[in-house]
Amino acid sequence: MNKIANKQVINDVLLEESAKDKDIIVLCSDSRGSAGMKSFAEERPEQFVEVGIAEQNLVGISAGLASCGKKPFAVSPASFLSTRSMEQAKVDVAYSNTNVKLIGISGGVSYGALGMTHHSATDIATMGSMPNMRVYLPSDRFQTEALVRSLLKDDKPAYIRIGRNAVEDVYEEGNVPFELDKATLVKEGTDVTIIACGELVGDAKAAAEELAGKGISARVLDMYCVKPIDKDAIIQAAKDTKLIVTVEEHTMYGGMGSMVAQITAANAPVKVINLTLPDAPVVTGKSREIFKYYGLDAEGIVKTVTEQL
Amino acid sequence: MNLEAKALDIRKDIVELIYRAGCGHIGGDLSVTDILVDLYYKQMNVAPDKMDDPNRDRFVLSKGHSVEALYCVLADRGFFDKKELFDTYSQYLSKFIGHPNNKVNGVEMNTGSLGHGLSVAVGMAMAGKMDKRDYRVYAVMGDGEMAEGSNWEAVTAGAHYKLDNLTAFVDRNRLQISGTTEEVMTADEQEERWAAFGWNVISIPGNNIDAIDNAVELAKHTKGKPTVIIANTTKGCGVSFIENKAAWHHKVPTEAEYQQAMKELDERRAQL
Ligand SMILES: Cc1ncc(C[n+]2csc(CCOP(=O)(O)OP(=O)(O)O)c2C)c(N)n1
Ligand SMILES: [Mg+2]
Repeated sequence: MNKIANKQVINDVLLEESAKDKDIIVLCSDSRGSAGMKSFAEERPEQFVEVGIAEQNLVGISAGLASCGKKPFAVSPASFLSTRSMEQAKVDVAYSNTNVKLIGISGGVSYGALGMTHHSATDIATMGSMPNMRVYLPSDRFQTEALVRSLLKDDKPAYIRIGRNAVEDVYEEGNVPFELDKATLVKEGTDVTIIACGELVGDAKAAAEELAGKGISARVLDMYCVKPIDKDAIIQAAKDTKLIVTVEEHTMYGGMGSMVAQITAANAPVKVINLTLPDAPVVTGKSREIFKYYGLDAEGIVKTVTEQL
Repeated sequence: MNLEAKALDIRKDIVELIYRAGCGHIGGDLSVTDILVDLYYKQMNVAPDKMDDPNRDRFVLSKGHSVEALYCVLADRGFFDKKELFDTYSQYLSKFIGHPNNKVNGVEMNTGSLGHGLSVAVGMAMAGKMDKRDYRVYAVMGDGEMAEGSNWEAVTAGAHYKLDNLTAFVDRNRLQISGTTEEVMTADEQEERWAAFGWNVISIPGNNIDAIDNAVELAKHTKGKPTVIIANTTKGCGVSFIENKAAWHHKVPTEAEYQQAMKELDERRAQL
């Protein structure tokens, strides 16, 4: 079982890169502990900014820093970052096209029983709807590292959502296929395509293995690049397989599945089933319990595929 | 009723609840307990069967992470079944999630995202004026929470509309998650800030129930402006090893720590 959380990887990459690049600045809003940014704050005090519990200020200050040539990473719970500071993200970051990387930590339903105020099951919709804003939900620690290293090379806005706890590896150390803004093919298949993002890619992969045992060949696409979404991979899947099942830790409207349905409808109509969180407050529980309740785990994916195929 | 004894009993319930559930925000719960006890056992006109009475007083826990303190008080006052709370708090499919939720009897408003409660309380106080009702509205904010800009929009509006039916509390325990408020984002001169916005300001020792009660009485008799009570509290108040430690914002006691906390609270109770 992997014990390294994706947020820890971000901390480590930024710690390493910031030694060479003094323009890298990390900003937190009384969130350095949950952000996994404690060691960055301690080792790079001159490149760390604490704004207190003030997420709007967090994003506004980041945009100001970026406009003066800094490379700010604003790291705060995804829930507050994607809604409380939404207008700062829209105007100061996306519209103004500033080089701010928004890191939404403890995303989706990571906070479990803390409830809806702390869940960020609408962040693909809020952030993805803004022109210029890119949205990424990496699946495991290796992909998170590849993504952050890649984003450090550009100067455009992006929102990255990661979960709270360590998740099982999807890829192997030293063998991490990654091309920015291209979906990663996790497994080839010909009957059905499962398109997942974020932590649920692991479940999609496990589901595909189980389906293989039942004689069903499932392709798995890791759509970590929710925006700009990989249209070509979606259209190809629509042509190659009879069914597409999308899986995401997001509400049913305006998420990755909605985008997939929009693209297939216009280009290559095929049956698309969206596995999502409901358009309602979710039940109380830990994130794994919530996934199970709504059929987003491997077992739920297998069930949906066998029923719908 | 002996409110000091009640506050110690509630503190024991809080420790028990968090220990059993394996989660909770113990530091802020123990700092706000005395405020809740004064409001719910003496000052506020609220009762389990009166939650749809338009004349009831209103309470908003803006620092919603202190929900365990609120739920222990509401359970003790009979708003819902205490056993259900203790058996299911924060567990799978429970209605008692880890922040105030208005599916639960006694909770007026859902909170948990900081910096919302005071604006909502301003709206409630405004409605009271519009409808010529004489209920009072109370809201409690954390001192770290006062860094949210939205609070200061509400502070401005509260004074602008002369909402003398509104009493705000700042739980001034000088700590937030990452350290002291002065290290993270200065919250000093809290009194001067509110006064400059036009509020009646009362600064008190915030874990002293008599002082809290006197301040609430003074607020009731202040006309033409809202009152803020800056409650200078101790985070974790009542349990020696939890007091004044940022790490205890949401740490959960081990079995030994749980026993020690209960013992200390029992001893304090015996000394009353
Ligand atoms: C908008 C928002 N940002 C961040 C958080 C996460 N958070 C929960 S409690 C807390 C610290 C609160 O400190 P303070 O207001 O001083 O409360 P207290 O010391 O009484 O616990 C933070 C940052 C939140 N709940 N809401
Ligand atoms: Mg505090």
